[in-house]
Amino acid sequence: MQAPPTEPANADNAFLYGCRTAFASVFSFVIVFTYIGFGALCHDYGFSVGWSMLSTALQWAGPAQVILVTALGSGTALFEIAVAVALSSVRLLPIVVALLPLVRTERTRAWQLIHPVHYMAVSVWVETMRHAPALPRERRIAFCNGVGFTLVSLGVVSTAAGYYLQAALPAVFGAAAMFITPISFLTSTARNSKLLMEKIALGLGMVIGPLLALSKIEFDLLWTGILGGTLAYGVHRWRRTRSAAP
Amino acid sequence: MSAALTEMGPYLALILVGFLPNEVWRVLGFVLVRGLDEDSQVVVWVRAVATATLAAVLAQLILSSQGALAAIPVWVRIGASCAGLLAFMIARRSVFVGVLAGEAVLVAGGAIWAP
Repeated sequence: MQAPPTEPANADNAFLYGCRTAFASVFSFVIVFTYIGFGALCHDYGFSVGWSMLSTALQWAGPAQVILVTALGSGTALFEIAVAVALSSVRLLPIVVALLPLVRTERTRAWQLIHPVHYMAVSVWVETMRHAPALPRERRIAFCNGVGFTLVSLGVVSTAAGYYLQAALPAVFGAAAMFITPISFLTSTARNSKLLMEKIALGLGMVIGPLLALSKIEFDLLWTGILGGTLAYGVHRWRRTRSAAP
Repeated sequence: MSAALTEMGPYLALILVGFLPNEVWRVLGFVLVRGLDEDSQVVVWVRAVATATLAAVLAQLILSSQGALAAIPVWVRIGASCAGLLAFMIARRSVFVGVLAGEAVLVAGGAIWAP
């Protein structure tokens, strides 16, 4: 990615520079195919296209959206869905905490931060953290809004595209569109795993989840998370103490 | 009245159990502002729990598929997932290659074995 030829002279330019940065980013591609898959998923779970697009605009968090659609579609208890959605989105907290000192000035009002805070997802965060430091501080919110607005819009449009493609395409392509969600989340979660712990948690979740679901245990999703997650965390701690020992 | 309620139901669910429990983290981050250590033990544990939860959902999508994906035999879906992961690892952790390989196996397997 190249540096801007000229520094954005005002907030409008910074916003447009953010839009261009978003389109040029690898995430625009990732978001288009992820949300085509999500739209297809929503179609086959019986949600409306408006609902699906609203989910992308309001939630703007892939894992949480997939959990919501799958769990609502298969009749999971609402309380359990809320907890699972909340657990899947904890990553949003530290990225917001890390973003604010970068974009805020002493004169920034709280309402100016509503948009950048809502747009915060790993994709928008990475692009903002990479490019914003080169901009004057008072242009950074506009830049961040440009990146966020562009990527969210791409996500909403792709959701609708995936939804209608799923309705129109022959069955085997429909199956392929629906398969985008599990396979892309599986590989990207494996890719984002910073620690061995997360890979263990991924593997354990895929084994314990179906086992608990098969044995018809109540709140199987939560138990899988707690059991698999704690086991993986335990292994992580055990390896650390062992390697720290003299 | 009740028809309107049924129509509103999914939207209400989206707001209550989809949007709010998700957005709370963005708002909390905004309120907390002061640095929260990304490597604090609670955050590390929660990350593990969240990963295992997501994994369970992905397994559910692959094993007990609905809609168009249900027409593909379950062992083709499992095989395609394994092929995708394998290709991902061989191609130096490229998500793109992993997804392409998984999709290729799924479509080929579906074309041959789907009823």
